[in-house]
Amino acid sequence: MKVFIDPPNSLILFDLVERSGHEPLSTMAEIQEKIEKVELDMPPMNVSVEDVMKGLKYAGIEVPSGVRGRLAIWGPMIEAAEAAIIMEDCPYSFGCVGCHRTTLMVRYLLKKKNIPVLYVDYPNDEDQAKDLVVMMREFLEGLK
Amino acid sequence: MIKIAQLSCGTEYSSVQYEIEKAARSVGATIVHPDVSAADIDKAVERFGFKPQSPQLRLMIARAVQLADRKYDADAIFIATCFRCAEGALVRNELRRFVQDNTRLPVVTYSFTERMKAAQLLTRMEALVTIVTRKELLARERQSGITAGIDSGSSTTKAVIMINNKIAGKDWTPSGDVIKSAELVMENALNEAGVKLKDIEAIGTTGYGRYRLGKHYNAKLVQEELTTNSKGAVWLADRQRGEATILDIGGMDNKAITVRDGVPDNFTMGGICAGASGRFLEMVSKRLKIEVTELGALADKGNWRNAKMNSYCSVFGIQDLVTTLGDGKTFEDVAAAACHSVAEQVYEQQLQEIDVRHPIIQVGGTSLISGLVAAVGEILGSKPIVPANSQYIGAVGGAILSSGFLEGL
Repeated sequence: MKVFIDPPNSLILFDLVERSGHEPLSTMAEIQEKIEKVELDMPPMNVSVEDVMKGLKYAGIEVPSGVRGRLAIWGPMIEAAEAAIIMEDCPYSFGCVGCHRTTLMVRYLLKKKNIPVLYVDYPNDEDQAKDLVVMMREFLEGLK
Repeated sequence: MIKIAQLSCGTEYSSVQYEIEKAARSVGATIVHPDVSAADIDKAVERFGFKPQSPQLRLMIARAVQLADRKYDADAIFIATCFRCAEGALVRNELRRFVQDNTRLPVVTYSFTERMKAAQLLTRMEALVTIVTRKELLARERQSGITAGIDSGSSTTKAVIMINNKIAGKDWTPSGDVIKSAELVMENALNEAGVKLKDIEAIGTTGYGRYRLGKHYNAKLVQEELTTNSKGAVWLADRQRGEATILDIGGMDNKAITVRDGVPDNFTMGGICAGASGRFLEMVSKRLKIEVTELGALADKGNWRNAKMNSYCSVFGIQDLVTTLGDGKTFEDVAAAACHSVAEQVYEQQLQEIDVRHPIIQVGGTSLISGLVAAVGEILGSKPIVPANSQYIGAVGGAILSSGFLEGL
């Protein structure tokens, strides 16, 4: 199944989803696509003006370009998603989209899609981390 | 009294609440605010799924949920947030979708600044009230008897005489004095139709000069252009049944209207940035020393990618044009770029505020500019329908709707 992860650039969430036999939908894959296939060379994110315009599908012209540019990447991923895992209150090092408005909109679009979503809190110690892995594994197994 | 439910954030602190109420009053409506208990707010926000930080946006969501659940009775909905508030813009658009998915109430959305005046809202409020109060009239699919429609627009004045569901006479002229321009086109349209003014059984006026003309001609129908244009467009395009989006890029403002069985159910009307208007194309034509009627054919031969223009402001847009010409770009490429720029901005600023339904019927004077129609088609992914006499939509709509009064509607 295609599983959207939030934060969408979290390597740990990506790895956990992939190990369980599902396809993680992540920023990394999307950006890699742009670099390899479209050959866009515009670091760091390779978002073009055309992408920002595509974001209009999800948010109006009045919404800042940064939000629209982000939604241009994550919007289609959410449309393709069949399930999602969302981590709340995670530190910067875990993964981040850097924009609260976008986060609100991502959560909203996921809710509207009405797909299975697992909400988890960032673990503060080893026991919580183990519990988290178990919880995620159960969720991902349940999707099969 | 028609009740328009206001879902908004910031109006009280922007000095515009009075203006909103004034606009509603002037069209015989009253603004109401759905009752919400404090305990309902968190539940409503949870259900809606978008959790804004601003408490007033949360209240706005809770009010929308009351309407969706039929716990509060209203006839139409006005959704407004401050211009440039990202969170507000996100909530405004999603709430619009939410209430349209959950109610059959007509909705209008607006982003305001502190300079917003009642007059800017008048057409929108009037259209809301018309959709509520004149459903039977709007459902009319045929014109009957001998009627006339006059559209007093910001750039041109148009008149149409209709006899038994056919256009018998028509004329247009650049707008000057409201009455004199209307008299001129009426006289020519009457001559073409072979009838006298005294033979006309009903007149419908629309456009910016509609009130003056309504009085002057003792019109049976004085109607804002969102309603008349949509009726005229579906009649001219023979799309009275099913869904469609009507796009009218006007001289002063642009209208995008979605219709179901010929009755509008959502619309946006923009006019803040002249770079996205028909007026800009007139300015471009002037600079290229051609008539605006020649611009479309010129644009058809060019490639907009060779001469990028994308300014929101017509002054800066002309500056782009001058620079581009200075760089040696061809008139054809510049004409195509100007058309593309207008189409792109209409898409960016307006079409994302409604859920575009196909087919797209492009109307108004600018629909005769083939390069602009091609640009709209390229951006939207399907070529718009441009019906014959597309510049006469308002006048045709006025003639059709006013004939309803002959049957006592």
